[in-house]
Amino acid sequence: MPQITFITADGTHRTVDARNGDSVMQTAIKNGIPGIDADCGGACACATCHVYVEDSWKNRVNKVGDMEASMLDFAQVVLPNSRLSCQLQVVEALDGLVVAIPESQH
Amino acid sequence: MLETSINALPSPRTVIIGAGHAGGSVAAFLRQNGFAGSITLIGEESPEPYQRPPLSKAWLKGEANEEALRLRPVQFYIENRIQLYLNTRVDAIDRSARQVRMRDGKTVNYDSLIVATGARARTAPFEGTSLPVVLELRTAADAEKLKLALKPGARAVIVGGGYVGLEVAASARALGAEVVVVEREARPLARVACPQLSSFFLRYHSQRGVTFRLGRSVISVQMLDGAASVCLDDGEQLPADLVLVGVGAVPNEELARHAGLRCDDGVLVDLSARTDDPNIYAIGDCTRRPLPLYNRKVRLESVPNALEQAKQAAASICNLPAPKSETPWFWSDQFDVKLQIAGLPMDVAETVIRGDPEEDRFAVFHVSADQRIQAVEAVNAVPEFMMGRQLIGARAEISIERLRDPNISMKEVAI
Repeated sequence: MPQITFITADGTHRTVDARNGDSVMQTAIKNGIPGIDADCGGACACATCHVYVEDSWKNRVNKVGDMEASMLDFAQVVLPNSRLSCQLQVVEALDGLVVAIPESQH
Repeated sequence: MLETSINALPSPRTVIIGAGHAGGSVAAFLRQNGFAGSITLIGEESPEPYQRPPLSKAWLKGEANEEALRLRPVQFYIENRIQLYLNTRVDAIDRSARQVRMRDGKTVNYDSLIVATGARARTAPFEGTSLPVVLELRTAADAEKLKLALKPGARAVIVGGGYVGLEVAASARALGAEVVVVEREARPLARVACPQLSSFFLRYHSQRGVTFRLGRSVISVQMLDGAASVCLDDGEQLPADLVLVGVGAVPNEELARHAGLRCDDGVLVDLSARTDDPNIYAIGDCTRRPLPLYNRKVRLESVPNALEQAKQAAASICNLPAPKSETPWFWSDQFDVKLQIAGLPMDVAETVIRGDPEEDRFAVFHVSADQRIQAVEAVNAVPEFMMGRQLIGARAEISIERLRDPNISMKEVAI
């Protein structure tokens, strides 16, 4: 079972068990991680599940899709390692993944 | 010394009536905020809190299962000490005793009460609504019945061309059903979208096999020789294997009203989601809330609104600063079209269309007399939605000329 570490806006690290097939967003919601709002429930319609993928993992997560790229282009405080966590699929190889949550999703 | 006095306080009790998206979320937000008291979540339906939007879309098409619908896994409520009373109806709120009475006679005391009773489907004004062939779509149980009826070749008559009606029409076509939409107004989405959007969806649905009867009302649904027939006001009879009624929703405010809380087509709340009783909050579809951006009180039936109000109530109960105010927004998926709407088209002086509806990618902007975007309706147009939402929230002055030109980036339309 892969483990994912979320770093919340106040710097707190929380490591949780994730399920293969879930998205990183679903993992956060299921574990009550603050700061990932996911207003649209994973329909890639709101950009309220924005995370920063730790650099060493940037090339190991699945690639950015067109819709996601378009949403991210206009999200708040976008960095080169920005992703929408609803589009990040959990697989065994992501065991140890670290993502940071921005201060605000709105 | 300080510790002793905190420990001496009785643990505060929060009771939530309604275990939908709003009620389920506020319970989670309270714990995120460090609320240490007891949380009791009372819901009328049998499943744990779940997401309703997929019921007409991904779930109906079989692309999402029951577990994917759940707001939080069942374990979450145990781990977070959230006591669930499901299948339980609340009969009354006793404000002087700060007590909620459930149908089975049990009572539960509160220090803070959150009313999250949602909305129910509006009853259709025609004969025959109690026939088993006539369905509505509000709950997972409703969706289950609808899914069973939507077999390939089934003849579906959908009464009401609003979002629920059109989303179900699209899903029903994907499942191979025959679909007729009957709409009383001259265009679909008449009450909730601009004419340009209505025209677009009318064409898009028609091209994919949905038939429309516009400006027509249903008089009755009758059973003739074991088959249902939908009778329209012009005398036409539509044979039907199922009839789905989607003619809007009404807020479940009776419990609050009977407790003497102020209501006006929705329980009246402030920006902390507080009612006129300081110990009682109300959140989600059942409320009418202030919207400072438009200087009005509105009732918003949407998940983002439910979440925003859930955060307001959770912050207030935990004595935390109020969360940042949000621009209302909505979304709908029909066939492969992504519709995203931000803001409300109020105080509009001019409408600007950016892009070409014929190319299935465009946005309609509603602009005020002082050149602020009030609302944007974006069809497969993510930059227009994303940037539009920000410009609405910022009350930014924009150039209509630049907004109209799709070759100019949305990042350059603000003055």
